[in-house]
Amino acid sequence: MTDLPNVDQGGLSWLDASGEHSDIVLSTRIRLARNLQGHAFGARARVNDRATVLERVRKATETVPHLRRAEIRELSDLSANGRRVLMERRLVSRDLLGETEESTGPLSSSGVALPPDVPLSVMINEEDHLRLQALNSGLNLRAAWDLVDLLDEELGQELPYAYHHEFGFLTSCPTNVGTGLRASVLLHLPALVLTKEIGKVLQGLSQMGLTFRGLYGEGSEVVGNFFQLSNQTTLGKSEEDLVDHLDRMVRQVIQYESQARSVLMRDASAVTEDKIWRAYGLLRYARSLSFEELMNLLSGVRLGAGLKLLPGLRVYPLNKIMIFTQPAHLEDAAGRELSPAEEDAHRAAYVRSILSTEGRIFNDEGSDDAPTESTG
Amino acid sequence: MVCDNCGAGDPVIHLTQIVDNEMRTLHLCERCAAEKGVEGTAVPENFPLADFLAQMSSQSEEGSGSQNPGHSESERARRSADSDSCPYCQLTLKEFRKSGRMGCPECWSAFEGHMRGLLRRIHGSQQHVGKVYLSPDPSTSEMKRRVSALRRKLQRAVELEDFERAAELRDQIQELEVASPGGRP
Repeated sequence: MTDLPNVDQGGLSWLDASGEHSDIVLSTRIRLARNLQGHAFGARARVNDRATVLERVRKATETVPHLRRAEIRELSDLSANGRRVLMERRLVSRDLLGETEESTGPLSSSGVALPPDVPLSVMINEEDHLRLQALNSGLNLRAAWDLVDLLDEELGQELPYAYHHEFGFLTSCPTNVGTGLRASVLLHLPALVLTKEIGKVLQGLSQMGLTFRGLYGEGSEVVGNFFQLSNQTTLGKSEEDLVDHLDRMVRQVIQYESQARSVLMRDASAVTEDKIWRAYGLLRYARSLSFEELMNLLSGVRLGAGLKLLPGLRVYPLNKIMIFTQPAHLEDAAGRELSPAEEDAHRAAYVRSILSTEGRIFNDEGSDDAPTESTG
Repeated sequence: MVCDNCGAGDPVIHLTQIVDNEMRTLHLCERCAAEKGVEGTAVPENFPLADFLAQMSSQSEEGSGSQNPGHSESERARRSADSDSCPYCQLTLKEFRKSGRMGCPECWSAFEGHMRGLLRRIHGSQQHVGKVYLSPDPSTSEMKRRVSALRRKLQRAVELEDFERAAELRDQIQELEVASPGGRP
């Protein structure tokens, strides 16, 4: 259905729930911002600067082992919907699409390199010349760091990076300078939200130098109880220290979330179970769903899967639902533009098709443990 | 009164924080305050860059800054550089303050003095301590720094008992040392 035939799982290997703690952690991402010597940065770059940068990266991919068989896509060669599909898969950023108030398409020579067999991507001519990214399933910071570090070593030997002995890797924005590293982990924290502990946790994290965002990164809102945690500063600490610090903090948050889940099941199991089954019922049978409604219901079902309350329901199909019910994916599958009402109907149909074959949940589920106390 | 952090210095900065609805006041000496990234003006720990830049630019338009002795170095650098522009891309400091974005790698050298203060306030540091980059045409001294960066990695791999990675790193270090004209000390 998508136009990434040569990329492993269409660039969605991070969805497969194979990583550590994947019932709570959806994915781990590490990106490095890099720029080439002798060219103006993103917004200030002239057309030929941008074209030269793209060309140099194209040439470098011939010799860089991790990019040798990578597909380089220029965004202007893709349809508007094709570009959004890449964004919804988190392989490119919203910025790279160039859909702002002033413009409706990408700037010239904006591109992305996608290797066929490793979960890496390189954005070209975003705010920085290069954004190297590794994206993994579950909590997997060290593996993501090792992978993106290797790519960085290889690429840095082909392309002379802009580097300053004191400030480190030079970037367009001073908030990225130094390591250029932003590590982020996407966490699902419904129990901390339900027990109203989340505010305290987030406040604590911000005092520990971490910041949180919504599902789509910078400037996005929190949807479906998904929080993206990442390091706030990039200068003055080594890459390993930044990554390890985030890793320790995320493990702490996972522990808090697990404790909150136990509290819910201890003090409010009837209400919690009811919420989960209602969410499941709506998703299983609804005929129209907005994305926001879907995400809220999915959060309940995901919690149910984590608590093993929904027999046989795996996390992977739930992850898939999150990606394939986004607007560009629905239009891509339909092969045409959809009106808002059609979009909601297609979304509900997709969810039904997944849930009807997933898990061991039948109509009479729960009858065997139905309350035995009767009115008589 | 002595500094709450080191217990020795004269406290000059008094920082009031509200944590969990509890008010705490820290009295810090100049050195400890700088180390903690707290400076003369009240800048919250997580502040948006754009606001900060706007604040700086309005200060400079007022021509003030004298009430802020802790910033004299960056203040001076800023004033002298205010009319300057990057020799490569012609970005001016004024433009940078407005957009919050540098124009090109050369801007970093052109506005070096000005950036130090800014970086201290954003990151609590002005010195990169991460990967040492060796551009494709290395000089020996850079090579040495690269080897020491690899050694740090090696040490960490051993600590984590990741011996496969450690062996890879050891080979890389040996390769660099053979290639470097000075060889291993």
